[in-house]
Formats: sequence, structure tokens, C-alpha cells
Amino acid sequence: MELESKDAYSGQDAGQKSRNGGFRITRPKGGDSRALWTLVALLVILLSGRLISPNFFEIRMVNDRLVGSLINILDSSAPYVLLAVGMTLVIAVKGIDLSVGAVMAICAAAAVVLIRNYENGATAFYFQPGFVILITIVIGAVCGLFNGVLVAFLDLQPIIATLILMVAGRGVAQLITGGQSPTFTNDAFAFIGRGVVFGIPFPILIAVAVLIAAIILVRRTALGLLIESVGVNDRASYYAGIQARMIKLSVYMLSGMCAAIAGMIVAGEVKSADPHKAGLFFELDAILAVVIGGTALTGGRFYLAMSALGVLIIQSLLVGLYVSSLHPTTNLVVKAFVVLAVLLIQSPEFRRFITKPFRRTS
Amino acid sequence: MRSRYIPLLMTFVVFVALYLIAYSRFSSFGSMRVVGNLLRDNAYWGIAAIGMTFVIISGGIDLSVGSVIAFTGVFCALMIGRNGWDPLATFAVILTIGTLFGATMGFFIHYFKIPAFIVTLSGLFLARGMAYVLSTDSIRIDHPFYKQISDLVYVFPDRGRFTFAAGMFLLILIVGIFLAHFTRFGRNVYALGGNSDAALLLGVPVGRTTILVYALSSFLTVLAGIVLSLSKQSGDSTIAVGLELDVIAAVVIGGTLLTGGVGYVIGTFIAVMTLGTIQTYLTLDGSLTPWWIKIVIGILLFSFVALQKLLSSRKRVQSAKEQLATAPLPS
Repeated sequence: MELESKDAYSGQDAGQKSRNGGFRITRPKGGDSRALWTLVALLVILLSGRLISPNFFEIRMVNDRLVGSLINILDSSAPYVLLAVGMTLVIAVKGIDLSVGAVMAICAAAAVVLIRNYENGATAFYFQPGFVILITIVIGAVCGLFNGVLVAFLDLQPIIATLILMVAGRGVAQLITGGQSPTFTNDAFAFIGRGVVFGIPFPILIAVAVLIAAIILVRRTALGLLIESVGVNDRASYYAGIQARMIKLSVYMLSGMCAAIAGMIVAGEVKSADPHKAGLFFELDAILAVVIGGTALTGGRFYLAMSALGVLIIQSLLVGLYVSSLHPTTNLVVKAFVVLAVLLIQSPEFRRFITKPFRRTS
Repeated sequence: MRSRYIPLLMTFVVFVALYLIAYSRFSSFGSMRVVGNLLRDNAYWGIAAIGMTFVIISGGIDLSVGSVIAFTGVFCALMIGRNGWDPLATFAVILTIGTLFGATMGFFIHYFKIPAFIVTLSGLFLARGMAYVLSTDSIRIDHPFYKQISDLVYVFPDRGRFTFAAGMFLLILIVGIFLAHFTRFGRNVYALGGNSDAALLLGVPVGRTTILVYALSSFLTVLAGIVLSLSKQSGDSTIAVGLELDVIAAVVIGGTLLTGGVGYVIGTFIAVMTLGTIQTYLTLDGSLTPWWIKIVIGILLFSFVALQKLLSSRKRVQSAKEQLATAPLPS
């Protein structure tokens, strides 16, 4: 059982109350109409891509690797899907994680520095690629722990708490690499970013695996319910016996771990770690994807698969623009307008505003 | 002393302490040269930070700052440098465009209930994208008016220079303080950030105030872009990437609460000067690597929000505290 209306007590966004008509006890089978609009938006973008480029939907096998625009969309979506999984859960507990881009940079930097030691003949077991991956995920979890402690135990506002690491994190990443962009050649570690399994780029498989694991974790256990409960009202949840602080702490740690994996994918793709550029503005696209997917920034109900769909919308748009003959300089403008259009058709207020002249006054 | 002034006082104490540390290491911090440069170098983003202060006091956020500055710079450079427009006419046009841009964002936020974070994020993409569309090259501006402005300096006896940009910064600071504390608009902004429902019930024009706040922020950001354009005498679409984060950090360090309703324009000014002092210190001291500034800003940010948390949890009014604890993200 869950309570749909967070507006009933917060009153801050009373305008949203009408969306689903007040309280709702059971989860609707097909989600709300928002899901439909999001799917329509993705189809429109994909079909536009097909119109622009006749072989947009074509997938071929080249050197045992699938190639094609659709594969490119999935491949470039992979790190964003990872971030979006963590971000969705963070936003569900009424938080936000601005630091994921910086955490990606920290983790990429740390991983590459460790791998370079291995390449230079360091024999300690923790320089082995497998351990490097493990250590990097732990580093991501520690970054998430830092955010989580600030938010859950010091009660700082999430946007500011994570802004701290967002600003300082790039400094830390530069500190780790000594201001350089180190490169590496180890293929075992690069596999995480550029490997191919049964023709499918490995990052896609990682993203799908993490997404499915997360969905199972939150929907087949009580965790999802607890997260939504904390997001709707953390105090009431606490009084109901939920360890609200621990829930918050763990979703921030999860977000940090997702960012660590995304950071390694990005580092593996280019076989280097650029502390300035790695993961730059990834947090904004991840948040955008979550919002497009229908998870409200005010917390509560969340939709993991829809967030992934939001990522696909953004990436399809970018790949579509790439194959179009439009000059690359227009990309951001088109992106801004499409994102705005998607958000507007999802806004009940906007739909009412548009349909007003066509409705009979009652 | 009223507890709400304590964060402001702390910001001021930290600024003075940092400045004295810097002075003890480099005696040039006592000269008007450094003071003049400090005002000049931080004028552009300081002006933007004053606009952001209003947005954050109203309970919102504006992520479009850096992009709008870049767009302004490119627009001015293209129109004045390439197309030979009159500078003042160009400024009038770009200020109008910017104000309408901000007003539109405010309109979307209020009437379509899309979170400010997301609307201004689209604004970030749009403004940066328009800057790229206009030009991806760096364009020089070679206009007598720009020369006149750069000659418009007051030179102190120790050859310290009080430039046009510094003057503009101080002027906007005074106007900002006046707007925030001595006008009905200012009171409406505080009321909106404190509790928008209560504000609505008290007759505050919530929609109009929201639109005006974002219009004001974009207006000041464009002004910041013009100031930068005048001092750099060129326009480049890749400048000021991520500047909004520094601006938000400065506003928060200046004692403004991101939940809205509390904040001071003067605090933002002191915070901008604090960060500027750190930057100048690190530049003068060649041994400290540039990434330390980011880490130092992070630590400062942490100390200030932790301090504010400490103070607000000791507030006598319990209900106010609960309001803070349960307030949603700025939207």
C-alpha cells in the first residue's frame, strides 16, 4: 500500500495534486498516462531518425560486433543508464545527486592510476585488474557514503550536500592524477568499456544487468516500498519503524557505486582518464532522464525502467542529430527544444492550457 | 544579536581572516592594486551571483547562468565586432532578449509546474546552443566605445585601478540591496521563498513575482556577460562553462538558504570576494596547484552549510525548523 499524494501535507506543489486525483491505494497496472507520452516521444524521435537516415534501423555484424545507429544509441546510453538507476533511487527519497559526474572522474582517475601501476610491473595483488574494479567500486561507495552522511545524518539539503563533492570532486580527481590525463593499455581492464560479448558491446550488458538487478531488488523486496515511503514523508516513515536515515544513506552509496562503474566504462572506452572532462555534465543528463521518465523531483514514487527510457530518448536524439545533416553546433539547441517539448507534453497543466479552447465549459 | 545575522557575520569573519592570512604572506594584498583587481576580476560573476541570490531566496534555482554569459559575449562580439552595430543598441537588444528569456523560464516554472531545476537546465542547453550556433570562433571586438570604457578608470596613488567593471559591480550591489530590502518586490521574493502557499494567501502575486525573479536573474546575468565582454574585448562561446555552480556556491557561502526565504545580497558579495581572494592567493603563490581551489571551495561550502545547520537547529521556533527539514527541493 502506498499513498500517492505527497501534496496533502507539503502543500508546496499543490498544482500536482490533480495529476492522479488525490489518494490512490494500489499501483495502477499500466502506470499513468505519462509513461505513454514518454514512449510516444521516444518513437517520434526514432522515426524522425529513420526519416533522416534510411538505414537508421539497420544493424549489421562487422568483425563479430553489431554495428548500427540503434547499437550506438544503446552503447552511449550505458553509462547514463547506470547513473540514472542510482539517481532515480536518490530522487525517490527526495534527494538529488549532483556529484555523480565528479565521482565518475574520481573513480576513472583512481582506476587508471592503479592500472598503470600494474602495467609498470607492480605485483601487489590489489593492482590486478579484477581488484582494481573492486577497489574503484568501493571508492564510489565511499563517495556516496560521504554524500549520504551529509544528507541523512547532518540533514543538509541534498542539492548543496552533493554540490560540495561536485565542486571538490574534480579537484580530487586532478589530485589523484597529478593534473595529467593518464592513459593505459591493459586490455583486460579496457574490456569494461570496449569489450564485446556475443556481438553486443559489454557496456550495454553491464547497464542492462544493473538495471534488472536494481528492479528486482526494489520490486521483489520491500526495499522499493520503503524508499517510496521515505521519499513521501521521511519523518512519518521513521515513526512507522523504517530506518529512514539508513535508507537514504544506502541509496546515495548505491548511486556512488553506479557512478564508479560508469566512470570505469568511460575510462575503458578511451583507455585514459581525463579529470576535467570525464563525466562532465553527466549528472545533468542523468537527472533529466529521470525526470523525463516521470519520477518527480519531490520524491516518492519512482520508475527505474522509465528512467532508462528517458536516457534512451536523450541518446536517440543525439545519435539522430549525429546522422542528420544538421551542423553539430545546433545539437544543443535542438536538445533544449526537444527536452522542453517532452516535459511540456508531460505537464498536466500544459495539456490543460492547450486543450482549454477545445473544452466545453461546464 | 539576532541569530539570522550569524551566518552573515561568519562569512564576513572568514573573509577578513583569509584576507589577513593572504596579507601576511603577500604584502601587496594591502595595496589598492590587489583590491582593484579583486573587484574587477570578480565583477562579472559577482553580478550574476547577485541575480542568483534573488532566485534562491525565492526558493528557486537558475542553472542557465554560465550559458547566458557565453551567449551574451558571442552576441555582442558578433553584432559589434562583425556587423558593426552600435554597442549601446546591442546592449539594449541583448538585455531585452535576456530578460524575456528569464521571464519565459519563470512562466514555465509557475504555470506549467515544471521544476525550476529542469526548466533552467533546458535554458542552459538552449543558451549555450545558441552561442554555438552564432559562432564557434573567438571573435575580437575592436570598437572605439570599448576603448573608451577601458580607459574609464580611476587610478589610485599606488597605481591601483578602479575600473568600470568594478564600479558596475558595486552599483549592482547597491541596487540589489535596495531591491531586496526596501521594495515591495523584495518582500514578495522573501515571502515566496519562505512559504509560497502562505504568500499566495497573503495576497502576494506569486506568478508575477516568480516571472520577475527569473527575468531579473537573466537580466543581471546578461549584464554580467556585457561586463565580461567589455573587459575581454572579445566573445567566445566556450567561456563560463559550469560557472553557475561557482555562483550557487557563492550564494550559499554568503548565508542564503537554498530552501528559500532567507538570504542577503551583501553576503553574496562577501562570498564572491572571499572566493576571489583565494583565487588571487593561489595565483600569487605559484606552488599551490590549481585543483586546490576546487577542494578549498568544497571545504568552505561544507563548513558554511554545516554552520548554518547548527544555527538553524538551535532556533527557538521549532515550527520553522520543521519547515526547513521537510521542505522539498527548490522547484
